[in-house]
Amino acid sequence: MSDHDYRPKSKVGQWFNDRLPLLTLANHLTDYPTPKNLNYWWTFGGILTFCLITQIVTGLTLAMHYIAHADMAFESVEHIMRDVNYGWLIRYIHANGASMFFLAVYIHIFRSLFYGSYKAPREIIWIIGIIIYLLMMAAAFMGYVLPWGQMSFWGATVITNLFSAIPLVGEGIVTWLWGGYSVDNPTLTRFFTLHYLIPFLILGLVVLHIWALHVPGNNNPVGIDIKKPSKDTVPFHPYIVIKDGFALLMFMIVFAFFVFYAPNILGHADNYIEANPMVTPAHIVPEWYLLPFYAILRSVPDKLLGVVAMLSAILILAVLPWLDTSKIRSAVFRPLYRQFYWILVADVLILGYVGAMPAEGLYLLIARVATAYYFLHFLVILPVLGFKEKTLPVPLSITEPVLGGSPNLAAARNRESKIE
Amino acid sequence: MSEKKTKRRDFLFTATTAVGAVGAAAVVWPMIDQMNPDASVKALASTEVDVSALTPGNTLTVLWRGKPVFIRRRTQEEIDEARSVKMEDLIHPEKDEDRAKNPEWLVMLGVCTHLGCVPLNDKGDYNGWFCPCHGSHYDTSGRIRKGPAPWNMEVPKYEFVDANTIKIG
Repeated sequence: MSDHDYRPKSKVGQWFNDRLPLLTLANHLTDYPTPKNLNYWWTFGGILTFCLITQIVTGLTLAMHYIAHADMAFESVEHIMRDVNYGWLIRYIHANGASMFFLAVYIHIFRSLFYGSYKAPREIIWIIGIIIYLLMMAAAFMGYVLPWGQMSFWGATVITNLFSAIPLVGEGIVTWLWGGYSVDNPTLTRFFTLHYLIPFLILGLVVLHIWALHVPGNNNPVGIDIKKPSKDTVPFHPYIVIKDGFALLMFMIVFAFFVFYAPNILGHADNYIEANPMVTPAHIVPEWYLLPFYAILRSVPDKLLGVVAMLSAILILAVLPWLDTSKIRSAVFRPLYRQFYWILVADVLILGYVGAMPAEGLYLLIARVATAYYFLHFLVILPVLGFKEKTLPVPLSITEPVLGGSPNLAAARNRESKIE
Repeated sequence: MSEKKTKRRDFLFTATTAVGAVGAAAVVWPMIDQMNPDASVKALASTEVDVSALTPGNTLTVLWRGKPVFIRRRTQEEIDEARSVKMEDLIHPEKDEDRAKNPEWLVMLGVCTHLGCVPLNDKGDYNGWFCPCHGSHYDTSGRIRKGPAPWNMEVPKYEFVDANTIKIG
């Protein structure tokens, strides 16, 4: 923002801005130079902001009717569904909103993976993003516990028991987390508190995420550094605002489909049975967005190592900027990485599928192979690829391939010469 | 002169930091410890169960400290099966004689030692219990034989108050 000399036009504006430069900030956000070749995969940052605000607003309104007590929680959720004016709508938006939030965040993460947005100088943006993702998983897990159904109760039991894998202090930590000798009322009340807190932590981190983004500026599909402002950039408003707005509308159609036509399709029927500590449901599965990690957990036959593998699968992302040794950001110019990228996408989808299936026979075998490949991708393929891969020539500016009609420089130059 | 002044400031700095750190720790501990089981939870320490209606080959499940407890009245075959297992075949070696003092009665927490699900009766490869969550098999003594669980199902402190009543806890 130091590159910014802004002076409000009105006297009042100047008086206010000299005391608190909010108008300078607003002007920075409006004029912020953005690469002109951003495609629709870049609209998910805005969509995610919308998701966060939606969850906070619907969450606040649900909290006015929900009762965080083991004897009353289940009933209060049914009360919201049946008695509270538009309670069904608010709850369905909140429950499906969590799924939409994860759908958008996965697209956002995989966009970064494809275009190398995590590489220097954007490592801090990426790491803050991973922390946000971890907090999202914590918030979603605790939110799922609040209705106090069978899946709530047993999901909470299984996930908190992960900590019992820690040698020596594990059992003590689990008792401390529960506030008792099993998941019970003290667990529910603290989960409600934390579920309420985490979205605001995420909101703070989102501000840092965007702040860190505005220092180097956006990455772009070509993945090169650009001068800003220049002929390679357009101001954020109105160009990106309208593009983000259009994408958001498309996203809201999908969102509305789930809310109005299939509100329970992503949930689990067992969660409409009140929690019963005497009976475990025959088949415990987490929500769909946690399934790949659940598959990794179950693919390891040892309790401690299974937990270690699951956590590593997430934390390995934080060191990704240093595991990927290639200097080229965008997969457009990395013919080999592009193929491994799609194999990784398939691998994660397969992990998600087997995570929903019983951990036995062929499913278990597939889960083990897919888990091994997941780590192989990050720990072996990416570091080696940076040295071995023969990358394509990278254009000097965004304008060059745009005028040529192709992001591939050789093809673009070829076409230009034909036109001549 | 100036050297002496620096020393005074160093002392103040160190003293302030030390007192601050101790003070912060003293405030943080109650905040952490409030999450541990409270007095009312700890007070629910024991429960008495009438087992007179239980016939051999059946299991009674009762709730103790929020967790299910299996009380199994074992048949002679189950006892023989549990007692004939070699120690080297066990993942977590424990003698059945130590787990069930009175061989007919097996009392244990019905909680899988993997991630805390409730195993199912009369299921699995060892005719004991099977955990549906992640596939752990337990034998007729509640010992882990196959699957991801690391330990045998826990035997809580219990005693026969009279011929028909078990006091757990």
